[in-house]
Amino acid sequence: MASEAVPLTIRKSPLAVVYEWLGTADHKKIGLLYIVYALLFLVVMGIEAVLMRIQLAHANSTFLSPQVFNRLFTLHGTTGVFFVAMPILVGFGNYLVPLMIGARDMAYPRLNAFGFWMTAFGGLLLYGSFFAGNSIAQAGAAPDFGWFAYAPLTSTAFSPGHSTDYWNLAILLGGVGSIAGGINFVATVLTMRCPGMTLSKMPLLAWMNMVLGGLILVTISPLTAAQLMLMADRYVGAHFFDVQAGGSVVMWMHFFWIFGHPEVYVLIIPCFAFISEIVPVFSRKAIFGYPAMVAATVCIGFVSLGVWAHHMFAVGMPSYGNAFFVLTTMVVAVPTGIKIFNWLATLWGGRIRFATPMMFAVGFLFQFLVGGLTGIMLATAPFDWQLTNSYFVVAHFHYVIVGGIMFSIFGAFYYWFPKMTGRMLSETLGKWHFWIFLIGFHLTFDSLHIPGLLGMPRRIYTYEAGRGWEIWNMIASIGVIFQGAAVLIFVYNVVKSYIAGKPAGNDPWDAWTLEWATTSPPPEYNFAVVPEVRSRRPLWDIKHPEDPDWKYE
Amino acid sequence: MSAMGANVAASEGAWQLPSRGKVGMVCLIIAESAIFTIFIAAYVFYIGKSLSGPTPREVLKVPVVGTICLLSSSLTMHWAIAALRNAKTAMFGVFWFITLALGTIFIIGTGLEWRHMIYQDGFTIQTNLFGTTYYSLVGLHASHVIVGLIGLALVMIFALLGKVKSEHTERCEVFSLYWHFVDAIWVVVFTTVYILGR
Repeated sequence: MASEAVPLTIRKSPLAVVYEWLGTADHKKIGLLYIVYALLFLVVMGIEAVLMRIQLAHANSTFLSPQVFNRLFTLHGTTGVFFVAMPILVGFGNYLVPLMIGARDMAYPRLNAFGFWMTAFGGLLLYGSFFAGNSIAQAGAAPDFGWFAYAPLTSTAFSPGHSTDYWNLAILLGGVGSIAGGINFVATVLTMRCPGMTLSKMPLLAWMNMVLGGLILVTISPLTAAQLMLMADRYVGAHFFDVQAGGSVVMWMHFFWIFGHPEVYVLIIPCFAFISEIVPVFSRKAIFGYPAMVAATVCIGFVSLGVWAHHMFAVGMPSYGNAFFVLTTMVVAVPTGIKIFNWLATLWGGRIRFATPMMFAVGFLFQFLVGGLTGIMLATAPFDWQLTNSYFVVAHFHYVIVGGIMFSIFGAFYYWFPKMTGRMLSETLGKWHFWIFLIGFHLTFDSLHIPGLLGMPRRIYTYEAGRGWEIWNMIASIGVIFQGAAVLIFVYNVVKSYIAGKPAGNDPWDAWTLEWATTSPPPEYNFAVVPEVRSRRPLWDIKHPEDPDWKYE
Repeated sequence: MSAMGANVAASEGAWQLPSRGKVGMVCLIIAESAIFTIFIAAYVFYIGKSLSGPTPREVLKVPVVGTICLLSSSLTMHWAIAALRNAKTAMFGVFWFITLALGTIFIIGTGLEWRHMIYQDGFTIQTNLFGTTYYSLVGLHASHVIVGLIGLALVMIFALLGKVKSEHTERCEVFSLYWHFVDAIWVVVFTTVYILGR
């Protein structure tokens, strides 16, 4: 007789399964839909990167035409921000937040589904541009003006055809989906917590997803507004960005970066959440300085709204304008530094277990720090005047995005895949994945700082020989092979473990938050009995009734 | 699911959580306010920068009647909710109808004003920077009023069918938050366009 209850398996027809997934409003399924969707676009984005790096490996390369290259970097950036990073992070948040706060689902399940499908259709619309005709101007319809779509390049005069429209409408749809998600996160965390879980007893992931939700509300909306203005310019002859009528193209830059800078914090805050959950469990210590972590995150959320023009130092703002943004950008590094110190203090004196999630987390700590430091370098306006629009900037943001965000997402995969599927990912394959990806990441992005310092601009489809750039570009391109191989190992790991991985049980990592209190995968209703908590680590209290956390908090 | 939103009472003391509907609506309002802020910023930045065409003084007529109607509609909405809370469904219906009517007067007034400016004065969104920013800002607000009017009309239909009872007060309150937001935005838009920018 089995000692554990065996779930009743009802055979469903394939059509019923498809309908269940297409029509679901369950946060776990929607979370998985977001994650799978994002992974598919991650592969697409990776292919775009591979093509670009092949083109840039040699000087005077003719592998790709300049027109195709422009479309590749535009789509690589746009896809990466809106259809890979945001969906995957929102997906993890959707899956985990209700479980971690002891709730049955998000506050607005149907709005959740709406948000996912808006995002999904946005991405499909963007890539539909490849299949659209070339228009009379033979302009091609895939966007080719860079992911920030500066005016007046996007006006009808300078982008004939419909490339701008595909970009604009696709992101507008995705933006509406994101705002829906933002509303949902804030409402869920504020109104759906289980009894006893006051705000100061929530897991940090819940706090950070709430800050994320609030930040999304005030970050995506400016982009939506700017895009409505662009639509007005293009369709009804408005003059928002029309210089000939006295309009200002710098205004697009302001509005875009008022979105664009907080957006990168939208991307990194969920990653902070993953690290804040993984590092304590694998150091066997509670997170150091919980209140400071919360305060720092909220602080980052607010300050990030005031730094946007550090993307515009070379535009010609007055000196006091530049100085203001230099200062605010430096200030935002302070709460970020506090968080890094707290993670290090959590590690200090802990009994560290280097399972794969922890390896990715440690990679994150080091790489995010370095990426942040190059950011501080760029925050000094005179330094930026030399290096703006160069590969130094490209190296900086890929360091934080790939070295930071991507590493923490991989860590989150290894940590929560057992919960989502009931099976462990292979540790051996995980370690291969980690080391090969690490080597590839550093080969590519450490190298790219140097051409930047040597003057290589970004978004050029080729370069002449003899400037000292070739060797570094070649090394960077070789690094891509390693990263690609590592991602393939990861995909193989995911597929193989899903089918035949070691069964995980409820709590394979001996962790402390509520998601580990239910089965793997959780039942539809999450918890048979609504949990009641008395501390930040409810499972620690259950496992150690003689020494519970609430005596010390 | 819908009943679980407001209060999850624990076995010990009462476990109070904020109202799900109100938090969600406040979040929506925050997001919409951010969109309006950008349009207001564009409007303010472009004051006096038009290279040609009519100035605000030449074409704008201050919509006094419309404004009074819209702002009073917030008051009548508030009274409607208060009536519903006290189970006075007939009074609720009356005040709700007045709110709907006042909002409709506002939107008709805007429409008439625009018809005059477009057909008589030849002043459109294409005319100059002022036209661009004016029509987009006031138009954005008007579209939000229209969405509100659709919601008001729906509830009116339900009220006339006798289906709105005092237990629905919370939901009507959530909707009223949206309507008050629309009014508050009008105060800002009105000040920017008809006072600051003239």
